[in-house]
Amino acid sequence: MTLSLVIAREILREASRRRLLLALLLLTLAVIGLTGWGFSRIPTLTVAGQPMPEAQVKATASQLLILVMFMFSFVLSLAAVFVAAPSISSEIESGIVLALLSRPISRREYAIGKWLGLVALVAIYASAAAAVELAVVGAVTGYVPPHPVEFVAFMVGEGVVILTLALALSTRLSAMVAGVISAVVFGMAWMAGVAGSIGAFFHNDALVRAETVSKLLLPTDGLWRGAVFSLEPTAVLAAAGSSAGFAANPFAALTPPPLPYLAWVAVWLVVVLGFGIWSLERREL
Amino acid sequence: MTSTGEPAISTTGLTKQYGRIAALAGLDMEVPRGNLFGFLGPNGAGKTTAVKLLLGLARPTAGTASVLGATAGDRAARSRIGYLPELFRYQGWLTAREVLGLHCELARISGPRRAAEIDAALKTVGLEERAGSRVGTFSKGMQQRLGLGVALLGSPDLVLLDEPTSALDPVGRHDVRDILRSLRERGVTVFLNSHLLSEVEQVCDRVAVVDHGRVVAMGTLDELLGGDTVRVRVVALEQRDGLGRFGQIDDEGEWLVVRGIVADRVPELVAELVRLGGRVYAVEPRHESLEDRFLGLLGNP
Repeated sequence: MTLSLVIAREILREASRRRLLLALLLLTLAVIGLTGWGFSRIPTLTVAGQPMPEAQVKATASQLLILVMFMFSFVLSLAAVFVAAPSISSEIESGIVLALLSRPISRREYAIGKWLGLVALVAIYASAAAAVELAVVGAVTGYVPPHPVEFVAFMVGEGVVILTLALALSTRLSAMVAGVISAVVFGMAWMAGVAGSIGAFFHNDALVRAETVSKLLLPTDGLWRGAVFSLEPTAVLAAAGSSAGFAANPFAALTPPPLPYLAWVAVWLVVVLGFGIWSLERREL
Repeated sequence: MTSTGEPAISTTGLTKQYGRIAALAGLDMEVPRGNLFGFLGPNGAGKTTAVKLLLGLARPTAGTASVLGATAGDRAARSRIGYLPELFRYQGWLTAREVLGLHCELARISGPRRAAEIDAALKTVGLEERAGSRVGTFSKGMQQRLGLGVALLGSPDLVLLDEPTSALDPVGRHDVRDILRSLRERGVTVFLNSHLLSEVEQVCDRVAVVDHGRVVAMGTLDELLGGDTVRVRVVALEQRDGLGRFGQIDDEGEWLVVRGIVADRVPELVAELVRLGGRVYAVEPRHESLEDRFLGLLGNP
């Protein structure tokens, strides 16, 4: 096993031993139980005394699912920040890193190991939680989003982007500062996305450009739009056409992120992780 | 791993500057292989900085350091080094055995050897009965014992111990001294960073005293404590002309202290004192303790 994988395994072992996985499991089951009960009420709703048609049930379920998943993406991203920010900085502050890095392991391997472990943690949790939620919604409403795998990929991508930023910052800053900065810029990126949507509605180029820059600097909102698109039923998209009002909705997306943007996200990850490694390699311990 | 040949550690002008503060100001030092080397100094003298530079955990501002024949921090050399940091902390969510297992993996100790290495380390530091306990439940002393066990994994050629007994009780300190002696018997070079003079005096072959980032004295304990000192209880000594040829003369009331005197010349000294009118009541050799020497070197008589 390469040394990076040893470090990555320790991230998962720590999450398990410190009951992070247990807490996430219990909280997620509670949320899925509550939202599942809520979704199960949709088919019982009536319109003018008549049961809601199946198509309307699915359309309602799809919109509610997007709202629920927005909350999930928000919680996932913040949880990723909470776990990533102290991952390196707390080991530096406590002195654990002194014994580790006196071994024949490079700081690059150590940082990559931390990143791999965090990515695995986010991917496992996001995939499992999203899969169960989608299965429950499908079971009680009959609605299955058109691109569930892509949806999970976009959610995981969003979590990986923000954890990478928090990890890179934590090579120089304390866990608290790295975490706060990451959480704030995550919120700012989402707000920039909302502002861009409003700009698109009012044909305000400055707002649209600001959103574009924001999506390039921190691709969390750009990936969130991909997740939204993956959840939208074809019928809703067809009905929306190219409506500017639909595009202005931060919980809606007319198109998936283009491939060049996804390529940029990959470059962004390499650059930010590379910065984190570079920063750690030059840090005095 | 003999005392001949290339030194285990060699530094030339090793300097570490933190802003305007010089943590290490041109350290010149050689640690022969197989030696138990004491690195002494007051708090803030630069001892921990020196160890971090030797391991590549910090980068020198100037100067060079070689460890086990390689540049300090060299990856291959690190696989032959054991290290107990002054700030000893290990993953509280792991058991002692798991911490040792993790370090076996990082040190690339082959799978079949790991169990034996871990068992030996646990036995050496007296943690066999707590092998399955989480480190988070350990006292500081137990964590330091574990740290020592971590440093001993994989039969290292060089062990760097930074204040290894700071959290230990007298029994623990005695145990550590025994461990250090057994390492020396196996030919392992031990670099013992400490400000506990009695500890260093009891076990070390060679000592360097560092102050304000510089070595102010280095050598074997015999060399450092230098020559013989004789105390003579003498009264009615009217003059002292010519006594300086026997050594450094200090007056301590009725006692005259002669430092650096050659033992063969003691009778001649007594005869000279009598010739000068002194009445000699006692002549006794005095061994200068490391503490005396240490305080003298640091300008605190």
